[in-house]
This record gives sequence, C-alpha cells and structure tokens, in this order.
Amino acid sequence: MAGDDERIPVLDVRGVTKTFPGVIANEDVDLVLHEGEIHCLLGENGAGKSTLMNVVFGLYQPDKGSIRVRGEQVQFTGVGDAIDHGIGMVHQHFQLIPVFTVAENVILGNELTNGPFLDINEARRRIIELEDKYGLAVDPDAKVGDLSVGEQQRVEVIKALFREAEILILDEPTAVLTPGEVDEFFGVVRSLVDQGKSIIFITHKLREVLAVADRITVLRNGKVAGTADPSTATQKSLANLMVGREVVFQVAKGDAHPGDPVIKITGLRVEDVRGARTVNGLSVEVRAGEIFGVAGVEGNGQRELVEAVTGMRPKIGGTVEILGQDATKMSPRQITELGTGHIPEDRNKHGVVGAYSIADNLILNRYFKPPFARRWLRNEAAIASEAEELVAQFDVRTPGIHVAVDNLSGGNQQKVIVARELTGDVKALVVAQPTRGLDVGSIEFIHNAIIALRDKGVGVLLVSAELDEILSLSDRIGVLYRGRLVGTFDGADATREELGYLMATGAAPESEEAAS
Amino acid sequence: MSAQSIDLTAGDLVEARRFGRRQITGMVFGVAGIALIALVAPNITGDTRTFAFEPPPDALDFSFDPPTMVTIIGLIYLLAGGLSFLPQQFDRWAGRGQLLAAAATIPLILVVALGLSATPATNVTNLFDESLVLATPIALGAMTGLWSERSGIINIGIEGTMLGSAGVGFMIFATLGEASSTTWLWIAILVAVLTGGALALLLAVLSIRYQINQIVAGVVINLFALGLTGFLRSEVIVPSGNSKGISTSEFGIPLLEQIPILGDTFFTGKPIHYMMYAVVFLTWLVMFRTAWGLRVRSCGEDPHAAETLGIDVIKTRYRSVVLGGFIAGLAGAWFSMESQSGFEDNMTNAAGFIALAAMIFGKWTPGGAFAGALLFGFARALGSRLQFLEVEISGFGIPSEFFQSLPFAVTLVVVAGALGRSIAPAAEGQPYRPSK
Repeated sequence: MAGDDERIPVLDVRGVTKTFPGVIANEDVDLVLHEGEIHCLLGENGAGKSTLMNVVFGLYQPDKGSIRVRGEQVQFTGVGDAIDHGIGMVHQHFQLIPVFTVAENVILGNELTNGPFLDINEARRRIIELEDKYGLAVDPDAKVGDLSVGEQQRVEVIKALFREAEILILDEPTAVLTPGEVDEFFGVVRSLVDQGKSIIFITHKLREVLAVADRITVLRNGKVAGTADPSTATQKSLANLMVGREVVFQVAKGDAHPGDPVIKITGLRVEDVRGARTVNGLSVEVRAGEIFGVAGVEGNGQRELVEAVTGMRPKIGGTVEILGQDATKMSPRQITELGTGHIPEDRNKHGVVGAYSIADNLILNRYFKPPFARRWLRNEAAIASEAEELVAQFDVRTPGIHVAVDNLSGGNQQKVIVARELTGDVKALVVAQPTRGLDVGSIEFIHNAIIALRDKGVGVLLVSAELDEILSLSDRIGVLYRGRLVGTFDGADATREELGYLMATGAAPESEEAAS
Repeated sequence: MSAQSIDLTAGDLVEARRFGRRQITGMVFGVAGIALIALVAPNITGDTRTFAFEPPPDALDFSFDPPTMVTIIGLIYLLAGGLSFLPQQFDRWAGRGQLLAAAATIPLILVVALGLSATPATNVTNLFDESLVLATPIALGAMTGLWSERSGIINIGIEGTMLGSAGVGFMIFATLGEASSTTWLWIAILVAVLTGGALALLLAVLSIRYQINQIVAGVVINLFALGLTGFLRSEVIVPSGNSKGISTSEFGIPLLEQIPILGDTFFTGKPIHYMMYAVVFLTWLVMFRTAWGLRVRSCGEDPHAAETLGIDVIKTRYRSVVLGGFIAGLAGAWFSMESQSGFEDNMTNAAGFIALAAMIFGKWTPGGAFAGALLFGFARALGSRLQFLEVEISGFGIPSEFFQSLPFAVTLVVVAGALGRSIAPAAEGQPYRPSK
C-alpha cells in the first residue's frame, strides 16, 4: 500500500515543525492523505496529534514545512483559508454553541441570507439534504444544548459538510461516545468515505484504528514514530510504536483474597436530576481485597449509583453500609472520613479544582487535618512536601507542584486525582470511568495503581463503560440494567459476548438479581 | 421534561421537586389575593373614584368604587395561585395566570393609592405617557448593555458613557450653537452619539486589547466621565453663558396622534423618545435575524467556537461594543438636550445602572429589557404622581416609595416563578486570546 504514490494526494504534509515556548509540539512531520481514504493518526496524549491538525486547519502557523492540497502549495493564515480549501475539522471538544439551534450552529460563519436577513428555512433544507445523504439524523431546530453527545457530534460533522469539506479531520471523535454511539459513528464515517470524502481520524484507541483505518501514521513526542498497514499491524505492534516500549495489555494481577464486606448496598433506589428513578432496588456487596466491576450501557444508573454511594446524591430508599457503618444519610465528607476514596466520572467537575495548584488539589480531602493544617492555618511546608512526594510516586508530568491543574493534560489530571484518593487510610474505593479519554501509558499506570490497592486489602467498586477495562480488572462483574444488577459473574469466567448480550437485553438467563 | 427541570444541571444535588418555585410563587399570589379581599377591600373607602383618560372637554373616564376593584384583582391573584397547583401538564396556564396577576398589579396600585387619597380622580393617560418618556434613557442604556454583553464584554460603564455624552454634547451646543440654534442642537446630538462611541471604544480597548478586568474597566469609564464632565461644566459650559437653552420639541404623528388615549401616549413625543422605539426594534432585528447578529451572539457564548468558523472575534467585539456606545450617546443627549436643556453634574443619576438591571430583568433580550425599562419608567412616574395625591391611612401619609417599590416586588416574584432564571451569555467577562 505504501508504494502506490503515483496519485496526487488530497493532502500532503511535508516536514512540519511547530514549536511553542519551551516545547517542540511537532518536529519534521510528514503525512499523506489520499482521496477516499481513512488515515488514522495514532499517538498518546501530548504526542502532537492535535497540534498537527490545528496546523493543517489553519489555527496555528507552522514554523517550518509545507502543506499541499491536491498538489497545490498552500499557506493558511487562518481557519477561513483552510475552510476555503475544503478542509473541515471536528474538534475533540465540540465547538458548538449550546443556546443556538442546530441550524444556527451549522450556518454560523457561513450564513445563508435572504436580503439582509438569515434564511433559516434554506439552511434547514440544506441540512436535511446533507442528513439524508450521509445518514446523520438530527433535528435542525433543536437547541444543541438539549442534544446527546452523539447528536452533537453529528452536528459537528454536518457543519464541516455544509462548508463543502472534502477533507475531514476528526479529532478523537469517539472519546466521548458510548459503545453504541461509536458503532453508529463508524457507519457515518464509512458513508462519508463512500461518497468520496477523505478522512484523517485521530485517536489513541487501538481497536478503532484497526477497525477503520486504510493507513496508519503513529506520532510519538511530536515526531512520526512510524507508519503501519492495518492489514498486517496488530494492537501490540501499534502500541509499541506509540509508547516506544513494550506495553502489557493484560494487567498482571494475582488471585483475589476477599475478606469482609466493605461496601454493602441493600435495595438502593435513587432518582436522577429529572426525577426518574434510575437506580431501582440494587443490592451488592463489595468485599475487602476484591474489585467488583459494574458493566452496563451508559445511562442505566451508573452515575446515580456512584453519586449515591459517595454521598453526593440523596437516596429514595435502601441502605448503604460502608465498613459496617450505616452511611445512607452521611455527607460526602463523613463518607470520606470513614476511609473511602472516590475517583469521579467527571474529573473537571467533581475531581479537581482546575484553577488550584497541583499541591492544593492533592490535599482537597484532608487539608483540614494535621499536618496540612495547624489549627486554622495552612502548613505550607507539609503541603509542599506531600505534593512533591505524590507527584514523584504517581508520575505526574508537570513543571512543578504549584502549576494550576487546568494546565495539565487529561492523563496527568487524572493521576492527581488518583494520587489523592489512593493516599491515606483508604479501605474502600469507588471508581467511575477511571481512564476515559486517557492514553495507553496513563491507563496502564492507573490500572496498576488500583490493583496494588486491591492487593493491600481495599474493596473497590469499579464502574466503567469500557468493557475491556471491566474484564481486565474485575474479580467479580455485575451487569447493570435499568437500575438493577441483572447478573454477576466471576471475573475470570466472564466473556465479552456474554456480558454484551446481558448489557443490551437485560435478560438474565436464570438469576433474578445479584444480591450478595 | 418540564420547564422546571431546565435549570437543573446533571451534577446538581437536587431532588426533583413537586413543590417547586412555581408553586411557591402561586402561594404568594394566593395569600396576597386573600389579603386583598379580606383585609384591604373592607377597609378602603367606598366613595367613587375616577381614572381620567382624557382631560375635558373630550372627557373619557372610568369611575369605580375601590372595594369592588380590589376584590376583582384579589380574585385574579387567587386564580393565579390556584392555577399554579394544577398537575404539571397545565404548567403553561400557571405561567400565564401569574403574568396576568402581575399585570393586574399596576391597576391595583393605582386603585389603592387613589382610594387612600382625598383626591377623587387622576389622569392615567398622563401617567403612562410619563412612564414611557422616563423609560427612554433606560431602554437605550439597556440596548447598549445588550450589544456589549451579547458580544462577551460586561459593560458597567453605561452610566459614565451616558453622562460623558450628555456633557460633551451640551458643551458643543452651548459653545458653538449658543444653546439656541436648532441646527447646532442636532449637530450636538450627533456629537453626543459619537462621544458615546468614543467612550465605549475606550472600554473596548481596555478590556479587549489590554484584557483589564471588565468590571474595573467599566468603573474607570464612570469615574472618568464624572470628572471630565464636572470640569467641562465649570470651565466651559458655565463661562459660555449658555447654561440653559432650547431642547428638542414635541411633535405628533399626523392622524395617529388623534386616536384617543393612544395618540397622547404613543404618537406624540420628542425625537429621541421615538428613536428609542426604533433602536429597540432594530436591536432585536439585527441581533436575532441577521448574520452579523448571529456572529455577535456566538462571540458572547463561545469565542473559540466562533474562531474555528473563521469569525474574527476581536473585530466583532469592538464593533458591537462601539455600536452600543453610540446608543448610550443618544441616551446622554436625551438628558441634556431633550428631557431638559442644560447640563448638571451627575445628571444621569444612576440611569445607566438601572438600564443594566432592566437588561438582566429582561434576560438579555431586547423585548425583555424594554419591558424592564418600562417598569422602571413607570415606578419613577408613579413616584412623582403619588406625591401629588397625598396618600394616607387615618391621617398618616404613606411614603410614595412604598407604592413605587410594589411593581418591583411583584416583578421579583414573577421572575422567580413564571419566567425562570436568567442566563447570561456564557463567555461574558472572560478575556479572549486568539490561537496562534
């Protein structure tokens, strides 16, 4: 495949170098995209994938190197130029305005007008035309803020198509999607390619690369680490290219030695923000020294389960016991004081205070206790030495402990949370989506940290939408379906197929409910 | 699901409420309704009172006895209260009921005030006309705020922009036009408008280019305008010997001005007052129906998203803030060249801040902000009217401020219940740096 270079590529990036003060984000990067192809750009967080694409999209100007579109040398001074050359980008963080309608979001910047006024009717017609052509169903008059993440992503794709993009850059498009939405999205991507569009697909998920790519380029530390052919590459070979060393996929873990129950949930009922009862009579026991994994399609009560157990959400019924004490009505602080760690699903909202330093974030759950507090004064020396120690121990990549957490990459932010929650006298741990959006290296690190804690006798309740994560970490697995556990499995015996079927249908073969 | 759940976000630790803010508002109306019927109606004078709409000779008036009127309005309050407790699918009716009750508060205040006064009649048409006139600078100031804040720049410098324009405009009129030439009056109004633009440009440079905290930048404008105009008044305007002069004159729109009641309130007036209606309408039209308006709003919501679509956020914000400044300049001209002719220190007297409040009341929409401005205008007009009426209970005078405060109390209740929370443009006040 790498040999057939006689066609003129639709996009030809040669020797691009882009530096930021103190950082070389891209160094001498080449990338060739042919018409009707899906070219996967693979790399860890911080490898320079997004920077490269922002260069191609005209958001950044490269220091060196050239870009050709259909053989024509181009120099973009802004996004407008890139759009004019038929390049469209779907950003990892959606660039949508929640209070605008779908149609308004789509036309913004390329407004259709009728005289001096916006022509929303024409916009609606054109959007529906595009939707029919590429199989992207979204109501043009819906407010974007009311749409699901999957629908919002379709709006982003429509935005690019509306601008007649021939080259589509998809920046980590699946990071925010549920497994069902990912499959749907792949369908969209294929129909785009079938209609002659060319796609650069940025990701760090190896399974996806092998599923969709026609060609693969791997970036590491801002340089091209290699290219690969999906027909011969394996997950392992790609991971090695990406990380630059051998990656162990199967997390090494010994047998569990379960002890007494640390979290005991009986008949729990919880309502979500809208008042819908999303956890409905759930019972489970998590014992010391085991990891209990909760699998399930998102929206089956995972969020409310975690928030109820950690005291963030009131319970409608049932009880939660932690370490033998009735925690049903306890506040999050009281539950933390019992010896519970919590790695929340939304790390920016519930995990860190972005504007605070790393040091302050590392003591958020114990700042009021000695040695960090001396009566009502902070003990800066103790806080700093704790931070230095944890940053080293948990391999947080940062210029210093006083850097605001906002400035760290997602993986490093998560390491800060993990460092905080796993330190101290932890006996029970509640973990939600611990590796969402993280790169292979960080995932490996966090998985090992959780297992190390289990081996020290901590009981772990793990909730994750990644079935692979559940399978590789859990000693026991429960499937959550419409607010109940519809089956429990031994972690060693469970298979993807078995769990997947149960997650989708909720039809447990025999067992009614997995009470203890 | 229902309107109630909209302002709850996923992380809010709130249980779904069956007894929500709408019900609480309903209860307030219900209790107020009972109080009106049981306490106010029996104790108010039974003598006939009159709302005059047109003075004699075309006397057009409405006579009533206060207890009956109070009872009727009390029943409307009770109805609004009752509607609020219907099942959720009737939520819209609950909202409408509350808005109706709120509207009924205006006649209620007048009925009660007149009932407690020794004067048997008052001219209502005049009162509304005054309300509209007094709403002029507030509505204009609110539009200034809208243009600025919808583009993402907080503007608390409206007050200073108005004051500066009023002062500089009148200075030109006094010195060059001797405060008596009509041509110079209009040139001076234009100068006031341009001064507004210049002061807004200062705000824009401080907050966009130098990224100074936008609140601080606004305060700077206010202090600067206060000092500058004080200086200009004592050193230029007063020495010119033309401290007072002519102002814009009232005119009626042919034919329409002869319509009873409406002719007086809406179709006779002074030019800047008329322009205010046009500015409000055009603000709505441009901001919500044109491509440029869409871009302005996108800059206020998410400048980085706008940037990825090739929109020049900085240019858009400059233009929008300066346009707002022109509008504030017009409001300034209203103070020194329409409402009266002359300049006094601090003559805008917090109208700029009230305009900001009206804008927030109106949830950053032109129509809502205009309604807010009318409310404030009504309260001001009511204040001066009540001083004439000498409202008293058993010989003790009731301060006019009490009645003046009532529309706001009711508005607060309605905003909490029927209208819901107001949400500012998401990126407002945040400095923006373009990607490189």
